[in-house]
Amino acid sequence: MMNPVTEAELAEAVAGAAGPLRIMGGGTRPIGKPVAGELLSVAGLTGIELYEPGALTIVVKAGTSVAEVEAALAAEGQRLPFEPMDHRLLLGSTGEPTMGGVVAANVSGPRRIQVGACRDSLMGVRFVDGRGTVLKNGGRVMKNVTGYDLVKLMAGSYGTLGVLSELSFKVLPVPEAVAVILIEGLSDEEAVRALSAALGSPFDVTGAAHAPVGVDGAPVTMIRIEGFADSVAYRAEALKTLLAGFGEIAVEADPEKTAAGWRWVRDVEAFAGQPGDVWRISVKPSDGPRVGAALKAQGLLYDWGGGQIWARVGEGRDIRPALEGVGGHATLIRASEDTRAALPVFQPEPAPLAAISAGLRAQFDPRGILNPGLMG
Amino acid sequence: MEMPTPNPDILARKARIVERLREVLPRDAVIDDVHETRAYECDALTAYRCPPLCAVLPASTQEVSDVLRICNEEGVPVVPRGSGTSLAGGALPTADSVILGVARLTEVLETDYENRFIRVQTGRTNLSVTGAVEEEDFFYAPDPSSQLACAIAGNIGMNSGGAHCLKYGVTTNNLLGVTIVLMDGTVVEIGGAHLDAGGLDLLGVICGSEGQLGVVTEATLRILRKPEGARPVLMGFDNNEVAGECVSDIIKAGVLPVAIEFMDRPVIRATEAFAHAGYPDCEALLIVEVEGSEAEIDEQLGLITQIARKHNPVELRESTNAEESAKIWLGRKSAFGAMGQINDYMCLDGTIPVSSLPYVLKRIGEMSEEYGLGVGNVFHAGDGNMHPLILFDANKPGDLELCERFGADILKLCVEVGGCLTGEHGVGVEKRDLMHAQFTAEDMEAQLRVKDVFDPKWLLNPAKVFPLDVTESRRVA
Repeated sequence: MMNPVTEAELAEAVAGAAGPLRIMGGGTRPIGKPVAGELLSVAGLTGIELYEPGALTIVVKAGTSVAEVEAALAAEGQRLPFEPMDHRLLLGSTGEPTMGGVVAANVSGPRRIQVGACRDSLMGVRFVDGRGTVLKNGGRVMKNVTGYDLVKLMAGSYGTLGVLSELSFKVLPVPEAVAVILIEGLSDEEAVRALSAALGSPFDVTGAAHAPVGVDGAPVTMIRIEGFADSVAYRAEALKTLLAGFGEIAVEADPEKTAAGWRWVRDVEAFAGQPGDVWRISVKPSDGPRVGAALKAQGLLYDWGGGQIWARVGEGRDIRPALEGVGGHATLIRASEDTRAALPVFQPEPAPLAAISAGLRAQFDPRGILNPGLMG
Repeated sequence: MEMPTPNPDILARKARIVERLREVLPRDAVIDDVHETRAYECDALTAYRCPPLCAVLPASTQEVSDVLRICNEEGVPVVPRGSGTSLAGGALPTADSVILGVARLTEVLETDYENRFIRVQTGRTNLSVTGAVEEEDFFYAPDPSSQLACAIAGNIGMNSGGAHCLKYGVTTNNLLGVTIVLMDGTVVEIGGAHLDAGGLDLLGVICGSEGQLGVVTEATLRILRKPEGARPVLMGFDNNEVAGECVSDIIKAGVLPVAIEFMDRPVIRATEAFAHAGYPDCEALLIVEVEGSEAEIDEQLGLITQIARKHNPVELRESTNAEESAKIWLGRKSAFGAMGQINDYMCLDGTIPVSSLPYVLKRIGEMSEEYGLGVGNVFHAGDGNMHPLILFDANKPGDLELCERFGADILKLCVEVGGCLTGEHGVGVEKRDLMHAQFTAEDMEAQLRVKDVFDPKWLLNPAKVFPLDVTESRRVA
């Protein structure tokens, strides 16, 4: 295993690699096709390089743990806007999630519907390409159209275009108060209609999820609002009125209970330790219930207003036929190595797009040594 | 401004190229008359002009595909053009290029309030996208100041921002999908009404690529429900630095205004003389706008004014109604026009970390004296996107060049403090030769390789974004 602790060492390790490399941050997200190759750990590149709360900016080395970054931000009353999921419970993995891993997999949580994905908060990257060259793109300002946006390209590229070494993010203040509107007993269709009504309101919803089987076994639909206390109270009332036709509405405003509830959604805790493969599907919200039904799943969880479906299904089954004729994509998040080797883990792309993706990988990694084949 | 020498071989084949284009387009959609092509000789960067070989105005994705396939076969450069409002020369043609205008692609293809998106052809103007969803109280968030005229195609090309992106983000954060035509005529769909990419984020790299990777003909855009209301507060300070600190304190306090706009004394005076908005005569002025219900606005403005008071403002004027809001915004919205009344000006677009605001303003003031050219500052302070306006006399020999050198120095300063050359206008030809200040040769090479994949012959808007010497071997290959 190679374990560089500086960017220069990282570049050397890649430049001098004799064969394929398996790139790892904290090792908590074993997603993708199994990769054979020498292990290259980025976990040694740690540290917060710069944090300016007044500019809502933080710059960190890629191996810095999510926990360290979140603690530093919390000390200033700020947070990562996109609420990155912790995959450990769902995947049964151990170790420390790193910021590099979050970016490599473009990991976002329930707040994605309001503030965007990880890639939307990512302002700059430094990375080492497959030649061993250190490259930078973007910077530490939110508005930047200087040259091509390789920052977005790197987010979600799972280390197949380059090995991330440094990342800069826009951060946001932690709001004073939070409230969650809860409706019990809705069907998936009714739930998505309720979520759409809330998301189409002016009340700035920051979470919109539906669990057909909630913590206590009954279907529960959850809508989150955040902000100053008076404003949250006002909007909670306004949403209660707006959604009155959907059933009885409860409002939960206890910070610990609401945080636990959204962590349960974010980390898909319901599927932890349960048998089966787990798929993550992105469709437009109104397609959610139809796709959900067609999946014939053992478990479902809807987030992002119904547009992100977490599905637990029998092992080794390709669920993509359920998406036939529906715009969107499905990713196999949890499955055995055999299944991940047999099924496309990422959504197969139409030929012209696949050619572009392959062309980009060949340009950034001409030797084909960076997590080769991980994305299919 | 150096542009590549037109390829004489292409110029000689003009008649044949025009004829082939006429085979796939209606007669009036191919403009080759030398008087008529003058309409396409420049965009809003009017200092540089060159009529194209011809201009085409396709009315469908299929027609765009046909045009690109022919130009690809003929080896003719294509310069895509939205509404021609680029301040960076993004749509500046060369004599051997075909201008591909999207002005006839203006349809709304689908509006979906339940899923909160709209799908439009990209020749549609920014403001008319909001216009199409306004009756349901929805809007499209990015709002560049040219929004009345600028096309979505150009917004995507330049990843345009606007005054309200502090809260809502820029184009890339509001773009869900595109139909894009590659240079060889291939039509590709990327993204859609769902969120995020299934594979590599190609949408992310297409947005802001200045028409160099493909021609976007259709776009799926996120629409949002309008807030219940919005109101600004105006505050004046007798010191730029203090105004900068106030911005930082507001952001730190946990308020997230939708806009924080900054104007300095030269701009305040010019707009006051022009628009009579009743601004105080002071060193720095901030306009901070918040959104929500009446009570929510009151609460946020209360907090903001409380912070402002700690910085001893010379004026603090909270809007209480729509009329007062309009008056507060009047000066800001007419700032560019007002500056144009008193002088020719060049508008820069560098972004800096908000924490460097006071230092950069001080340095710009010093440089203004060194160069002997006046400068006014009006910009989006919340996200550090500066818009210094350098005043010069276009009729005075050498003044434009002096102004460009001053501008280059300001942009280099932006990069030095950790910022960038352009925050929302794009590189175009204007900042092309400054790219060395921000990127190493390798950093640029990585970007060129992306273009190699999308446009292997380097025919799409080839003389933009990167310094000509950097792209030469690819352009002539």
